[in-house]
Amino acid sequence: MSSVLEKVKFDPEGFLVDPMTWTREIGEAIAKREGMQLNARHWVVINFAREYFTQNGESPTPRNITKNTDVTTKELYELFPGGPAKLAAKLAGLHKPTGCI
Amino acid sequence: MKTFLILGAGTAGTLMAHTMTKKLDPHDWQVIVVDRDEKHYYQAGYIFIPFGMYKPESVIKDKKSFLPKKVKVIWSDIHMIEPDKNQVTLVRDKQVIHYDELVVATGVDIRPDQTEGMLGGGWQKNIFDFYTFDGSVKLAQALKDFKGGNLVINVTEMPVKCPVAPLEFVFLADWYLRKRGLRAKTELIYSTPLPDAFTKPSANAKLSDMFRKRDIHLEAEYAIGSVDAARNMISSYDGREIAYDLLVTVPTNMGIEAIERSGIGDDLNYIQVDKGTLQSRRWPNVWAVGDTNNILASKAGSVAHFQHEVVAKNILDHIAGKSLEEQFDGHSLCFIESGYGKAVLIDFNYDQEPVEGTYPLPGLGPFRLLNETYLNHWGKLVFKEMYWAMMYGIKVPLPSKMSTAGKKISSHNRQGEAA
Ligand SMILES: Cc1cc2nc3c(=O)[nH]c(=O)nc-3n(C[C@H](O)[C@H](O)[C@H](O)COP(=O)(O)OP(=O)(O)OC[C@H]3O[C@@H](n4cnc5c(N)ncnc54)[C@H](O)[C@@H]3O)c2cc1C
Repeated sequence: MSSVLEKVKFDPEGFLVDPMTWTREIGEAIAKREGMQLNARHWVVINFAREYFTQNGESPTPRNITKNTDVTTKELYELFPGGPAKLAAKLAGLHKPTGCI
Repeated sequence: MKTFLILGAGTAGTLMAHTMTKKLDPHDWQVIVVDRDEKHYYQAGYIFIPFGMYKPESVIKDKKSFLPKKVKVIWSDIHMIEPDKNQVTLVRDKQVIHYDELVVATGVDIRPDQTEGMLGGGWQKNIFDFYTFDGSVKLAQALKDFKGGNLVINVTEMPVKCPVAPLEFVFLADWYLRKRGLRAKTELIYSTPLPDAFTKPSANAKLSDMFRKRDIHLEAEYAIGSVDAARNMISSYDGREIAYDLLVTVPTNMGIEAIERSGIGDDLNYIQVDKGTLQSRRWPNVWAVGDTNNILASKAGSVAHFQHEVVAKNILDHIAGKSLEEQFDGHSLCFIESGYGKAVLIDFNYDQEPVEGTYPLPGLGPFRLLNETYLNHWGKLVFKEMYWAMMYGIKVPLPSKMSTAGKKISSHNRQGEAA
């Protein structure tokens, strides 16, 4: 498990440096490192985050996720406790969301 | 005759109307402005109304008094924007306007309806906003009647326009309650979805210190899920409940519904533009200036001013068939009113975090960045006069690009891989 993570680079906060190096296995391994067990609902969010990144070049906000998937905000917070946008981006190998100014 | 259409005559639309009537040949171009409200509101004044520091009337002027004479003004709500057909349909008489160039400057609307229970039993009874004229006037009365208890400020969701305004509100509330002898009886709670008081890490050290000194409780990473008006309680998605006696909300900010109806915006009804040129990513003759675009710059009047200069040049180049040269750098400049007659000034852009230093003159100031001073407060008050001058079409010396002269820049102030 640790071997897939050794092949890629992370920033000090644990976000993948190059989103293009991400694979599903890496996603699973990051989840383990965060103490999470991924189910199908997590993957709905992670897959959407990847797709959103491909189209927009940035990580999605919670609103982007709930407007474009069948995941509700309540469920989103249950799936990714703490900060869903941050955690989902981390698992999807994306950069830390810039938030807003 | 070609049509230059501007939707919205607020800060950005008015500036565009002045600049474009000067730059476009009136033999070739007619400038049309559409707005649904004949009154112009100086929104930065909304922060002072709840505390009786500004009279409500002092923030309103008739738009007619300063829109250029050459402009054709139509008072109407907007029904549909159809860039594929180069046309806009108004609500009034279902009038259809065909355009050659379109500037969308309709700002944002506050949307308390986006939070469950917000518009329930407590709305405008013990739940108020100060992002609208009506809200700030009603909040003034509620604060007058306030006898102490939990005063909770909640920022619903980012981005909100003028992201420093909620901070100003809590600082002014602290001062106001102290003057009225109610501070000891009041718990001031500031809840925000951000991990800290503000979005810019380097300003946070300063702000945290200001919170501590004023005994304001910060509830960070607080994503509000619902309001329970029967129990006077807000709760977050992760189950944190906060009781309020008076709730001051900054609701979700969204682009106007016509943008949603027309299917031309993002999930918050913001128009997606190139962050440098401010040209629509989908339609080259569509531009979005001010709060209604999706770029990661502060939604502020000063920023609308900086953007409009860039857009005006780019549109002229676009009309002339040239490539677009002007790039917006994300420059934001904000006074943060901090109470006790003082204010903090911050200055930043896409890459550069707020730093200490002086503004606008290197080394001289007179304004001091990231420090609380009386002079900064004075600057904030003068800003109002400058604002109206700009609305009358008078040029004010505010450079649109951020300057690093006179500022304490160190390498760690540079943001990493932003945006
Ligand atoms: C409480 C508060 C404090 C602030 N403090 C500051 C500050 O200190 N400094 C600062 O720089 N900025 C401040 N701002 C922000 C500033 O007011 C805005 O960023 C600025 O006004 C944005 O300009 P705009 O032209 O994009 O939008 P607006 O000025 O809001 O203009 C939008 C225009 O579009 C019209 N419109 C909207 N919908 C429709 C429709 N459907 N049909 C027709 N017309 C429509 C409106 O009537 C309005 O005239 C503050 C804002 C608030 C709310």
